[in-house]
Amino acid sequence: MPLTQIPAVPGIVETLIFEKSVPGRKGVPLPALDVPRTAAAALPEKLRRKKPAAWPELSEPQVVRHFTRLSQLNFSIDTNFYPLGSCTMKHNPKVNDRVAMLPDFSALHPLRPHTLSQGILEILFELERWLCRICGMDAFTLQPSAGAQGELTGILVARAYHESRGQNRPLVLIPDSAHGTNPASVAVAGLTAVTIKSAADGQVDLGDLKAKLTDQVGLVMMTIPSTLGMFEPRIQEIAAMVHKAGALLYMDGANMNALVGLLRPGDIGVDILHLNLHKTFSTPHGGGGPGAGPVGVKKELEPFLPVPRVAKDAGVFRRKFDRAKTIGRVHGFQGNIGVLIRAYCYMRLQGAEGLLEISENAILAANYVRARLTPLFPKMPKNPCLHEVVVSGEGAYGPGVKTLDVAKRLLDYGFYAPTIYFPLIVPEAMMIEPTENESKETLDAFCATMEKIIEESKAQPDLVKNAPHTTPVRRLDEVKAAREPNLRYALR
Amino acid sequence: MFVPHTEEQKKEMLRTIGVSKFDDLLAGLPPSLLRPNLGLPSSLSEMELLRHMEGLAQKDHLAQSYLGAGAYEHFIPTSVWALALRGEFATAYTPYQAEASQGTLQSIYEFQSLIGELFAMDVANASMYDGASAAAEACLLAAKHTERPVILIPETVHPQTRQVIETYLAHSGARIVILPCPDGVLSLETLKKNLGGDTAALLIQNPNFFGCLETNIHEAAAAVHAAGALVIASSYPVALGMISPPGEYGADIAVAEGQPLGLPLGYGGPYVGLFACKTELIRKMPSRIVGQTVDRDGKRAFVLTLQAREQHIRREKATSNICTNQALCALASTIHMSLLGKEGLRELADLNFQKAHYAAGELQKRGFSPVFQQPFFNEFTVRCPVSPEKIADRLAEKRVLAGLPLGPYFKDRADQLVVCVTEIKTKADIDEFAGLLEAACR
Repeated sequence: MPLTQIPAVPGIVETLIFEKSVPGRKGVPLPALDVPRTAAAALPEKLRRKKPAAWPELSEPQVVRHFTRLSQLNFSIDTNFYPLGSCTMKHNPKVNDRVAMLPDFSALHPLRPHTLSQGILEILFELERWLCRICGMDAFTLQPSAGAQGELTGILVARAYHESRGQNRPLVLIPDSAHGTNPASVAVAGLTAVTIKSAADGQVDLGDLKAKLTDQVGLVMMTIPSTLGMFEPRIQEIAAMVHKAGALLYMDGANMNALVGLLRPGDIGVDILHLNLHKTFSTPHGGGGPGAGPVGVKKELEPFLPVPRVAKDAGVFRRKFDRAKTIGRVHGFQGNIGVLIRAYCYMRLQGAEGLLEISENAILAANYVRARLTPLFPKMPKNPCLHEVVVSGEGAYGPGVKTLDVAKRLLDYGFYAPTIYFPLIVPEAMMIEPTENESKETLDAFCATMEKIIEESKAQPDLVKNAPHTTPVRRLDEVKAAREPNLRYALR
Repeated sequence: MFVPHTEEQKKEMLRTIGVSKFDDLLAGLPPSLLRPNLGLPSSLSEMELLRHMEGLAQKDHLAQSYLGAGAYEHFIPTSVWALALRGEFATAYTPYQAEASQGTLQSIYEFQSLIGELFAMDVANASMYDGASAAAEACLLAAKHTERPVILIPETVHPQTRQVIETYLAHSGARIVILPCPDGVLSLETLKKNLGGDTAALLIQNPNFFGCLETNIHEAAAAVHAAGALVIASSYPVALGMISPPGEYGADIAVAEGQPLGLPLGYGGPYVGLFACKTELIRKMPSRIVGQTVDRDGKRAFVLTLQAREQHIRREKATSNICTNQALCALASTIHMSLLGKEGLRELADLNFQKAHYAAGELQKRGFSPVFQQPFFNEFTVRCPVSPEKIADRLAEKRVLAGLPLGPYFKDRADQLVVCVTEIKTKADIDEFAGLLEAACR
């Protein structure tokens, strides 16, 4: 842990930027006005701001030190193993940031005519083509800003498709192991989510699916592989059932890191999917975005994708707006282009052969961790997993110790915690996704630490229950945060 | 390159797992479909990639731009991205483990505080995807909160924002009514004619798509409140260094495209949607919110809070489906705002205002007269002596963007051009531009 020095103020790790402010200081000098002030340039009093925004007043070095010190309070991929399941915390190549920030890309106004944006349009056109090839789909929209907006886009496309055929299908089937965004996106699209049960093995309960797959169902949303890190072996059978019922199969592609290069979702019957470029395709998570959630579809759904679409006519790239069946726009302009550029760079660096390396090594690493941890967890899955392993902590720890405590104790050893208590169907769940980038030495160190923590949980349960001990702050009072919301610094 | 395992290590790992070959781990995947030929080229080295991408970037090299219309060219101090792209910020995830994420959490709390202050609003969230989706979510919130179906939107609101709102509202039961604004601003008369018991909210953009300041905004807000509806105000953050912020006319929800605060134009994203509201709407607000609390030793600390609104807890009953938002962009904005400070924001607004007014005067001298008799900030609409699209094409040949021809957006405004001038233009730039415009009419 790159621990910053603890400053002199007791009870405070790093003072707020407002607490460093002294009236009269400036962080950025602006050029002097070089045009004459004219009488015409006077703002009517009524429209004038009455009280200035009391932003803090600091010098540039103070600002630099403040944010550098804040950064040092974070765990990150660059500094720590970050096995956060379902989030695919892989290495984010620095060259991608460099390319995305090239001055000519930075200066690109989103409403530029196509004649002055051939470079960027070529990138978007090519990125769409790469995603189609990797996923076995016929078209992609790059517009959605994140996975959840991709889901909403995909659901709206499915709805528009059914309506264009005169069908009203208000129900969407979703397994109980799904991400919370799935049902939330269904609700925004004005449809109703219906939960499908999981069987004992964590796969979809086929009987329950069959019973619920009526002519009211327009879409079945499945995370492939599932949030348990398992591939559904009957997926082609399920796809056939879904299609026979007149519905479409949607794939939540959050876990695409398990399949990239190995299996194309389009080949197993998926009609619509979204990807999370900030997971599978290495763009930085940024502490919670920006992401990108492109949506891929089969040919018959292409007319419904958001506008604008990028097309190539006689060697010239253009943006096309004239699409009668489009669901409309989901972004004010064209999407999170800087994220898309980074993902495109990543694919070009990997190339066809490197794409396969991603999934194979991610699967290898997850199974290695599964094997190494098997002696510690009585409920460890016996069968191979794909890119992540989900284990229940039940029966593994000492008296009164929970998965939450073990997760917090990991922080003391410099490992970010796995995803915990998700999926909801696994009690005391811990979801570990090591990705293809972590060395065997790191995986060994992580597994050895897990063993040590489990020993501690039996010998000194309070040590684990009170963890973390070495982080800049210890466990937080979340109840106080919610009951007495303090969401903003009280300025003066 | 990014995978560290040697062949020997891979074999050792397979032995530990207890399988003889890798494919034994793929049970359940249809063997006939495995490892398809993707028909894609092989890998590039970093050097080759840079050469390829720099070549593409160069194709889009530009001399000067006078195009605004929702995305603005402002100077970004070097420290903004030098700090924001530090790996500890850029490569961290959503701060679920608060003890190991205080840097991100405190910066979001500071962001919320700065945005609250900018808008003069009670509370702000941790960010939305962009200004357009922030406006759309605000409309959804207003319709749910008031249990009324109609969102009034003057035609002076950015047409692309209107399109995103249409997409989001399509199946919500709420509907949009567009208010005509022949004078370039919303008139009280038009507003009052359309206000009724079914009005959920008025969405008003200030400065608006034509660059005009909505001169009746205080009276309009009062009329909307009198009808029991909400005011959703969309602003341009830099303009708020000078003009009335949403809180000063009693807006219930304030939204904005946050791009002008430290984010490059970047062909439209990633940007950052700003979203703030009155205290009574907090528990209906979309997206993440960070709150201050204490740790078990009583130390001040920050944590994601009011999560009972969110999708990972409430699933289909959540206030919104948003999960990942634009944290790193919000961080860059936070750094940018901290560098500008109280006085810097005021000065920046003044530079924009003065330079745009100088430019408007120079253009008028050359036959480009103002279309609207309204005050403006840094963007204004002019009537062109010849077709604006022709002018734009001529200037594009010199790699200069003349502004936004209005024809494609408003059929009856085919002779009009919206021009934007920010602080980055010098007097010499503006004089040259005025000359280019004049020459393009010949």
